[in-house]
Amino acid sequence: VNENNGRMAWVAEVNAIREHQDKQAFARLFSHFAPRVKGFLVRGGAAPDQAEEIAQDVMATMWRKAHLFDPARASVSTWIFTIARNRQIDIIRRARRPEPEDLPWGPEAEPDQEEQVALQQDTERLGKAIAELPDKQRELVEKAYFGELTHAQIAEETGLPLGTIKSRIRLALDRLRHAMR
Amino acid sequence: MKDIKHHLTNSLLMGYAAGTLPEAFNLVVATHISLCDECRAQLAEFEAVGGEVMMRTDAMAMNADALDIALAALTDSPEEVQIKAERAGIFPTPLADYVGGDVEAVRWRRVGGGVKQMILPTDSGATVRLLHIPAGASVPDHGHRGLELTLVLQGAFKDETDRFGTGDIEVANEELDHTPVAEDGLDCICLAATDAPLKFNSFLPRLAQPFVKI
Ligand SMILES: [Zn+2]
Ligand SMILES: [Zn+2]
Repeated sequence: VNENNGRMAWVAEVNAIREHQDKQAFARLFSHFAPRVKGFLVRGGAAPDQAEEIAQDVMATMWRKAHLFDPARASVSTWIFTIARNRQIDIIRRARRPEPEDLPWGPEAEPDQEEQVALQQDTERLGKAIAELPDKQRELVEKAYFGELTHAQIAEETGLPLGTIKSRIRLALDRLRHAMR
Repeated sequence: MKDIKHHLTNSLLMGYAAGTLPEAFNLVVATHISLCDECRAQLAEFEAVGGEVMMRTDAMAMNADALDIALAALTDSPEEVQIKAERAGIFPTPLADYVGGDVEAVRWRRVGGGVKQMILPTDSGATVRLLHIPAGASVPDHGHRGLELTLVLQGAFKDETDRFGTGDIEVANEELDHTPVAEDGLDCICLAATDAPLKFNSFLPRLAQPFVKI
């Protein structure tokens, strides 16, 4: 329960940025996430200076895009990961990153509190499930995200575990589609 | 789209989430996901795995002045929310961005047999092209040296494995030899990416291969 409160607390910090440009909330998110983004990028092969620069950039993007964050569809760690990944492709690989079309989304599609809590709990469970994997399997998953496995190598690893949060995300998508009718 | 039967594989979704696929495959994946909530939900799951992997990785201290620099750079005006208009054409946004518009903006080139193509510019790991196959026409019999993704945007085609309708994606590899045939009715328009040249089984397409870069 406590760890899940932790996740909802990060959601509250992002909300504080969205609603009143709260710089203290930003500072707390920065202290927690920036060193993790930097560590992740360096583990994936980036030079420390470049990783520092990208981590800065990721946190600035998070500030500018706080109003686009939907806690019924992603936890803060997932969201920050996707921002970091896109900047990494942009800056390190110098390639374009085609993104799926956004779902229609306006301020009237207010996320439901219960769905948010459920999604955050599910992500928490997913994190635990990864931590508890046998070493060899967990290392494979990590390698895939550090860019050390090609697509063909991922395809060969039939035992790569999948998460359990699919149904909730599906629900959140249905709600969004509905809000547009 | 509700009637999509053929989806992305988990390995493609994981590779896309991890950001390790070539740009050409990313474009096909992003275009399919734009049409398919099933795969969109699956992708969100693989991104959540990425987030958890990131959080498990050893943190690395930022420079002493990092937070001050970040705070000083914050601006008061958040990015504008852009409310999406309903899509008018047949190309989802990521594809329309590469083409520079919808199907009428495509600069087709003939490749023989009535088939037309336009190669889209991407980085070098793989190539991606739009294909226009007249109703009833076929792509010559071929095998694959690597991975081939074919996403249907209009019409439908059939091959030795199944029927692929609008929104469906066929994932072919070294093990498949096929002759895709466009169904009668609407001409078939596909987005196709490969990371290795195809193996044509007859002489004439082989002859043309260097010129059409398939
Ligand atoms: Zn799909
Ligand atoms: Zn093929």
